[in-house]
Amino acid sequence: MPAFTPPPLPSDDKRWKIVNGTMRKNGFARHALIETLHTVQSSFGFLDDDAIRFVAKSLRVPLSQAYGVVTFYHYFSLKPPGKHTMTVCTGTACYIKGTDKLLASAEKHLKVSQGQTTPDGNISLAAARCVGACGRAPVVLVDGELVGKMTNEQMIEQLERWAVE
Amino acid sequence: MTIEELDQIAEAARAEYAKFDHEINVCMGTGCMSQHSDQLKDALAKQVEAQGKNAFVRRTGCMGLCAAGPLVLVDPEEILYQGVNEKNAEAIVNSLGGEPIKALQCDLRDHFDQQVHVVLENSGQIDPERIDDYIAREGYRALLIALSDMTPQGVIRQITESGLRGRGGGGYPTGLKWGTVSKAVGDIKYVICNGDEGDPGAFMDRSILESDPQRVLEGMAIAAYAVGASKGYIYVRAEYPLAVQRLQASLRDARRRGLLGNNIGNTPFNFDVEIRLGAGAFVCGEETALIGSIEGRRGTPKPRPPYPAVSGLWGKPTLINNVETFANIAPIIRKGGKWFGSMGSDRSKGTKVFALTGKIANTGLVEVPMGIKLREIIETIGGGVPDGRKFKAVQTGGPSGGCLPESMLDLGVSYDGLIKVGAMMGSGGMIVMDDTSCMVNVAKFFLEFVMTESCGKCIPCRAGTAQLHGLLAKICAGDGTMEDLTMIEELCDTVKSTSLCGLGQTAPNPVLSTLRYFRNEYIDHIEHKRCTAGACNMKPASQEVHA
Repeated sequence: MPAFTPPPLPSDDKRWKIVNGTMRKNGFARHALIETLHTVQSSFGFLDDDAIRFVAKSLRVPLSQAYGVVTFYHYFSLKPPGKHTMTVCTGTACYIKGTDKLLASAEKHLKVSQGQTTPDGNISLAAARCVGACGRAPVVLVDGELVGKMTNEQMIEQLERWAVE
Repeated sequence: MTIEELDQIAEAARAEYAKFDHEINVCMGTGCMSQHSDQLKDALAKQVEAQGKNAFVRRTGCMGLCAAGPLVLVDPEEILYQGVNEKNAEAIVNSLGGEPIKALQCDLRDHFDQQVHVVLENSGQIDPERIDDYIAREGYRALLIALSDMTPQGVIRQITESGLRGRGGGGYPTGLKWGTVSKAVGDIKYVICNGDEGDPGAFMDRSILESDPQRVLEGMAIAAYAVGASKGYIYVRAEYPLAVQRLQASLRDARRRGLLGNNIGNTPFNFDVEIRLGAGAFVCGEETALIGSIEGRRGTPKPRPPYPAVSGLWGKPTLINNVETFANIAPIIRKGGKWFGSMGSDRSKGTKVFALTGKIANTGLVEVPMGIKLREIIETIGGGVPDGRKFKAVQTGGPSGGCLPESMLDLGVSYDGLIKVGAMMGSGGMIVMDDTSCMVNVAKFFLEFVMTESCGKCIPCRAGTAQLHGLLAKICAGDGTMEDLTMIEELCDTVKSTSLCGLGQTAPNPVLSTLRYFRNEYIDHIEHKRCTAGACNMKPASQEVHA
């Protein structure tokens, strides 16, 4: 059997080297698919068609399987995130302390629903399942930084600050 | 590494700390870190230097009382400060050896005195990223004792004798599982640690991994020796970045100390561990789905048998245990199965860590002996329901569990006891609700969760949970009928009896338990179009008032 040669990197972008590094570390094994997709997402912020194709080809995984994995897991996103992200935790403890109302209020304020980004690409609104900081409920991630005991006023204030930046 | 060498490291670490008059422990778990306890630690260290005090400032894992963070514990005086910020650093350092600062002091005797710490004995006491801290507290002793003085069968005998049952939710006897894997035939075997804590409202595993990661690794290594495995995986949620970071550091340190890798303890035993990141799928907590995810596939469960113990990861015999289960192993080997079995109740031995959250005064992590009454956990340790509200229900077991009313609070916590009353031990989430929570709405919340998290492989779960959610939404909106209620009960039965995996089989539990104990609320919604808790928007008129 001829030796397998991985496909060339899609572009000169240095981030592809990081992605390739993860695959090399795992010996281009098929089971490194999820690990590699994690690297793509952390480097690029999301997974586009080019990235999924490149990873599938490099790991010799059928494109359908790679796409299936990407869409199965909530953590992977096919859309680029906004400049800022407000992630509202919707775990049980946060729910009991009213994050459903926080989420509804943010949706109303931004005029987008959860999982979407404002048309100007500035703010993404997301809902997380549980970030495990239930002791500080209700919890919101402000650009990835965990803020506990969040109030509606505090959250709206932050959204307004982002809007005028 | 031999036991003598281990003792030397422990001695050196203890001697190092003995040089100081005081130790200032700063909690740097996720909860306190979100309030910048890392900056607080730096500020304290700076003050110690500026004031010339002979004190050591240590980063530690979770101290348990997350709601009151950031927490600082001053030893040897054992003074606990709550809600500390950088501005308090000067005063705290200044008070060393003198009078404690009353305004910051946290005096919750009841909260701590009722607890028994086995799994959490090092949490909040050691620096989770310093392996020597762990060794100084008898860390890795159990592994070296097992390797040098015990046979694999001897290890399994101790675990069986302890009566330890799986802490992930199912409650399968750990010794029995280990025995099956050890008897399974295979050229290579695997040990997997399930850290895919998907139950929303539970954070025990996150906290253990953040506070005492070495203990989980030690438990895995002992398990590997007992069942004859040489390779391990820890499957952790990607949502827990701090836990992942501390695990990575711990793996590196353990390898450097020769406690992972080849010829551990100068014996032929080889074992190493790799981290695998979850990608946000609740169903991956199910063992066959988790194995699929490690293999790089979608996390869909497979019918069992064959059980992973016989044919698991890549078709090889595989032992899967939960984080907390592994965290219990080292103390059992050190102190013996009998010691562990002396704690707890009849068929549920040892202790259990609960994440106590919701409408309760002392939210955080608690560890209690099995068999303790729910009332003691909620009222004494938890401090009861705050803001003068009335207790309504406690939810255990997450989306697979149930809501228990006031009348059930004198129930002792045990695997079988909780199942009997329609709830479940689950992984250990315990969410307290007051009279502002509507039970129909809570059931709807959980059904929405399992509906989105259903992997879609089997129809009862995929379609059944969606229908159940629709019916509950209808009732919450005030459009429900009594026929809907009958249909809900029938559907629950179908989904429970015919789903493939645990997710579907337990999905109706939140509905069934609320129907059992809070049926009047369903009737109120249907017949009187009334939500006494005020959580559901039933009438257009009431919506206008809110808007």
